[in-house]
Amino acid sequence: MQALDLSLAKELLEQLTDPEIPVITLSEMGILRAVEQDNDTVVVTITPTYSGCPAMQQIREDIISTLQQGGFAKVEVQSVLSPAWTTDWMTDNAKAKLRAYGIAPPVCTSQQAATTQPISFKVACPQCGSMNTAVVSEFGSTSCKALWRCKACREPFDYFKPF
Amino acid sequence: MNHDLFQYVVRQADNCMVLCQRLCALGAQGPELEEDIALSNMSLDLLGQARALYNYASTLEGKGRSEDDFAFMRDERNWYNVHLVEQPNGDFGDVIARQFVFDAWHINYLKQLQTSTDSTLAAIAAKAIKEVTYHLRHSSQWVIRLGDGTDESHRRMQRAINHIWRFTPELFMADELDQRLQAQGIGVDLAAVRMEWDNIINSVLSEATLTRPPEEHPAQGGREGIHSEYMGYLLAEMQSLPRAMPGCQW
Repeated sequence: MQALDLSLAKELLEQLTDPEIPVITLSEMGILRAVEQDNDTVVVTITPTYSGCPAMQQIREDIISTLQQGGFAKVEVQSVLSPAWTTDWMTDNAKAKLRAYGIAPPVCTSQQAATTQPISFKVACPQCGSMNTAVVSEFGSTSCKALWRCKACREPFDYFKPF
Repeated sequence: MNHDLFQYVVRQADNCMVLCQRLCALGAQGPELEEDIALSNMSLDLLGQARALYNYASTLEGKGRSEDDFAFMRDERNWYNVHLVEQPNGDFGDVIARQFVFDAWHINYLKQLQTSTDSTLAAIAAKAIKEVTYHLRHSSQWVIRLGDGTDESHRRMQRAINHIWRFTPELFMADELDQRLQAQGIGVDLAAVRMEWDNIINSVLSEATLTRPPEEHPAQGGREGIHSEYMGYLLAEMQSLPRAMPGCQW
């Protein structure tokens, strides 16, 4: 069996971003879990953010086409549910990128969010930086976001839900 | 194949799928934009959970049935969801009442299922529980806001709770299959789920200044494939396209 260049595969996959949030890579999001070799096939393991995340199909196709263009003939993408994806895995770098893109990053852990009313948290407006903000709805434009508004600059904004 | 486990998985998948379909129908019909988005998001979460469960059921069965085969190619008598989830949307109070009693059951069912000795069910539950935490908070807040709101909102929320009540006992009816799987450490203890459900229901209804209705004339039979009159219409709408055009793709 010939060893495949998995570090090249990983390098290629590093460029892939979340289809919904094009400034964050799959790896920074914690969606990309493993890149391994099984005989002559590259096996990429991913995990969904939410059970119903509609971006998963796109992500799957992106991974296959990127690796195939990079010279890997056989690519398989498998999805695992455990351990369940959490925003706790998101790096500080990823959070800074989210903020710059106009999405407020999670301000607490998944566990804290599950047991505390959202009104008790202070979320800075990603547009003007004011802490004078309020939750409008815990459900937003995608599964992973909530809808907030800034009372200072009067703009609505997306908040990446702690999950 | 473990027939018990297969049936157990399909029952829960059907609960998620049918409630998903009900909430789906509210897309672009919510009372306000934010609520429209919230109901659609909850519907999407339930769809994702149903897909994971159908996938697992298909693996257990080993006949190569797809998720779509489960959702679109089964007739009414082969659906095993509880009557609660197939009840029509009615007004917004009815939607919230149905959601609230289901969410309060769902979260406690999942809390137990995540410690199942079946690792796939445990993983599906551990993921879903995070989603359902948001669902329950949302439906509870609406029950409280409407119940403790104006005279009119209070009247309609109480009416909705009264109306949905007879569909709640079925959530806790453990038949022999449930008992066998519970004994194996795979299935949940529905009596324990019931206790936790009672706590949530009593606390939220009390804060909402609503009265818990008496338990009368409980509906049952859904988990054996015997459904209310609404189920046929729901399936007709949900299944018409793939049946008219088998194998069609977007």
